[in-house]
Amino acid sequence: MRSRTVQGTVAIAATASLALAACGGAGGPQSGGSSKLTDDKVVIGLLNDQSGVYKDLSGPNSKVAIQMAIDDYKAKYGDKAVAKDIEIVTADHQNKADIANSKAQEMYDRQKADIILDVPNSAAALAVATQAKNKKKLYINIGAGTTALTGASCNKYTFHWAYNTAVLARGTAGTITKEGGTSWNIVYPDYAFGQDMNKSFSAEVTKNGGSVGQSIASPFPSDNFATFITKAGEGSPKVVGSMHAGGDLINFVKQFNQSSLKGKVQLAVGLMFITDIHSLGVDQFAGTQFTDAWYWNFDAQNKKWADRFKEKTNTRPSFAHAANYSAAMNYLEAVQEAGTDDADTIVGKLEGKKINDVFLRNGEIRKADHAVIHDVYLAKVKSSAPEEWDYEDIEKTIPAAEAYGEANPACSMS
Amino acid sequence: MSEFIQYTLQGLAAGGFYALSALGLAVIFGVLGVVNFSHGACYMLGAVISAVLLGELHVGFWVALVVVPILMFGFGVLMERLLVRWLLALDPLYNFLLTFGLTLILVEAVKQRYGVSGLPYEVPAGLTGQVSIGSVNLSTYAIFACLFSVVVCVAVGLLLTKTRIGMIVRASTEAPERTRALGINVGRWVTPVFGFGIALAGLAGVLAAPTRAITAEMGSNFIIILFAVVVIGGLGSILGAVVAGFLVGLVEAYGIAYAPTYAQIVIFVLMALVVLVRPSGLFGREEVA
Repeated sequence: MRSRTVQGTVAIAATASLALAACGGAGGPQSGGSSKLTDDKVVIGLLNDQSGVYKDLSGPNSKVAIQMAIDDYKAKYGDKAVAKDIEIVTADHQNKADIANSKAQEMYDRQKADIILDVPNSAAALAVATQAKNKKKLYINIGAGTTALTGASCNKYTFHWAYNTAVLARGTAGTITKEGGTSWNIVYPDYAFGQDMNKSFSAEVTKNGGSVGQSIASPFPSDNFATFITKAGEGSPKVVGSMHAGGDLINFVKQFNQSSLKGKVQLAVGLMFITDIHSLGVDQFAGTQFTDAWYWNFDAQNKKWADRFKEKTNTRPSFAHAANYSAAMNYLEAVQEAGTDDADTIVGKLEGKKINDVFLRNGEIRKADHAVIHDVYLAKVKSSAPEEWDYEDIEKTIPAAEAYGEANPACSMS
Repeated sequence: MSEFIQYTLQGLAAGGFYALSALGLAVIFGVLGVVNFSHGACYMLGAVISAVLLGELHVGFWVALVVVPILMFGFGVLMERLLVRWLLALDPLYNFLLTFGLTLILVEAVKQRYGVSGLPYEVPAGLTGQVSIGSVNLSTYAIFACLFSVVVCVAVGLLLTKTRIGMIVRASTEAPERTRALGINVGRWVTPVFGFGIALAGLAGVLAAPTRAITAEMGSNFIIILFAVVVIGGLGSILGAVVAGFLVGLVEAYGIAYAPTYAQIVIFVLMALVVLVRPSGLFGREEVA
C-alpha cells in the first residue's frame, strides 16, 4: 500500500517539476481606469527582471542609475526644474509577458507612471509596447533585443534605446566574416530570441560573402552541450556561433573550452553582457569577440560615471544601467523643455533629437521607427583582467548609421 | 561511423554523471520512501559551495571533492532531524511538499547572496584538454567525471548489498518491526542514510562545477532529468538508477545528433514507454510493501 502511494507521489513530483519549469505564477490583468497627469509629479516606472536571469544585468541597480539621472536633473535645473517631485516605482516582471502586461497597466493606471523604462525579455517588452500604445503613455525599452519594437510592433509612444538583435548581427557576424571568418556553424536556443538571432546572424554572414553550413537548434534550457559542440564542429567551419544567453551561454562556453574545437575554431557569441564575463571568469571567454552597446572603461566620461555608480552599488555598470540613466535623463530634459509631462508633447520633443551623452555617442532618436541609434562597439574579451570588471578591449567603434542600417520598413508608426 | 562512436562516447560520459546525480535520489527513496524534491537544490549547493571555497578560500577541486560531501552530509542530517523526520509517518506527499518548499528557499537564498549570473570555476589542472583516438575525442574532464561516477555508484551498491551496514539499513526499512525485535535500533539508521543521499547530491554538484554554469537555478532543470532517470530505472533501485543514467545519456546524445530540437523530449518519451511497459521501471520491484 505504501509503495502505491509512493509511486503516486513520484508521479506528482515528476509532473510538478515539469510544470514548474514550464510555467510559473501568473498575474491576472488589472482593471483599467482613467488617468490624468496634470499634477506636478513625474512618475518613472522601472519594470524589469528583479529576481531572474537579467537581475544582475539590469535589475534593482537600474533604479540606482535612474536615481542618478534624477539627482543630476535636479542639480542642473535647481529651482527652475519643471519636475520638482519625481518618483520611481519599480516592479518585477519575472520574465513573463503576462506579468509584464499587468504590471505595466498597474503602473500606468494606478501608480500614475508617466513613463516605463527597461523591460528586458522580448515577449515582455512587446506586451508593454501594446500597453503604451493603448494608454498613450511613454515607454522606453532598454533591455530587450527584439527588432519588432521598432518594426512591426512599433508605435508612437515606444522607443528602443540601447541595442537590437540586428545591431548585434551587423557588429559581430559582419565584422568577423569580413575579417576572414567566412564559414560558420551556428547553435541557437530554440525559442523566439534564439530563432531571431540565428536568422539575423545567418543573413549577415551571407551578406558579407560567408556561408553558414549548419544552424542547430538546442532545447531551452540545456545543461549538456557536448554533442551540440561536436555537431557544430562538423564540416570544419572557421567560426562557431553561439546564440545562447545567460546560463545556457555559460554552459556552452565552458564545454566548448573543454572540447577539441578550442583553439582550432573561433567562437563568436551573439549576445553577451559584461555580467556573463564576470560570472564565468575572463580567461574562459578570452579572445571572444562580441558587440557591446557601451563599456564602462571606454573613455574618461564613461569611467567617471561608472565611478559614481560604483560608489552607490559597489559594482561596475552594465550597458543597461548606463542606458537607463541616459533614457531617464533625456526624458526629464524633454519634460523640462516642454514644460509638461503630456506624452504627445514629449514624443514631439524626443523625435529626431540628436544626443551625445554618457551612453549615446552620435545618438539620434530616429523619427521613422523610434530606434535610438548610436555608435556601438566591437569588443574583445581580455586574456586577464587588470582590475575587477575590466574585461573588454574595444577593438572598433561601429558608427551609428552602419550599426543600425536603414529604418525598419515594417514600422508604420500607427 | 566515427561520428556515431563520438556521440556514443559523449552519451556514456553524460550518462555516468546522470547516474551519480540520480543515485542519492534513489538511495533516499529506496530506504526512506521520501521523494526528495530538494535533490536538485542540494546538487546546486554542492556546486556553489565548491565555487565559494575556490573563490573565497582558494580551496581547490580535489579538496572540495572530499569537503563538500561532508558538509552536505551535515546539512542532510540537520534536514532529516529538524524537518523530514516529523513527516515520515504521514503520506509521502507531505515530505515531497516539504522538500519542494525547501528548494524554493535554498534557490532564493543563493540568489540573494551570490546573484543570478553564476560563479566562475576552473577545470582542475591535469584534467584539461582532450583525449583523442583517431578522429574521436573526448574532454579529459568528462572522462574523469564519468569514471569517478561509476566508481562511486559501484561502491554505494556494494555498501548496501554486501556489507553488514547495508544489510541493517535494508532490513530496517523493509521490515522495521522485525528488525527492531532482533535488537537493532532502527531509528538510528534513518538519519545517516538521508545525510548520505544529500552528500551524494553535493558530490554530483562538485563534479558539475568545472563543466556547467554554477547558478542558483542549475538544479531546477536538472532535477527533471533526474526524476526521469529514477522513474526509468525503477524507484529506489540503485542498479536501475545507474543503468537508466547511462540510457538517458545515450538517448540524449543520439537525440542531439540526429534530431537536435527533440533532444530533451526523447528522454521523456523513453520514460513514458518504460512506464507503459513496466510501470515499476526497469529494475523496480513490483508493488512490494
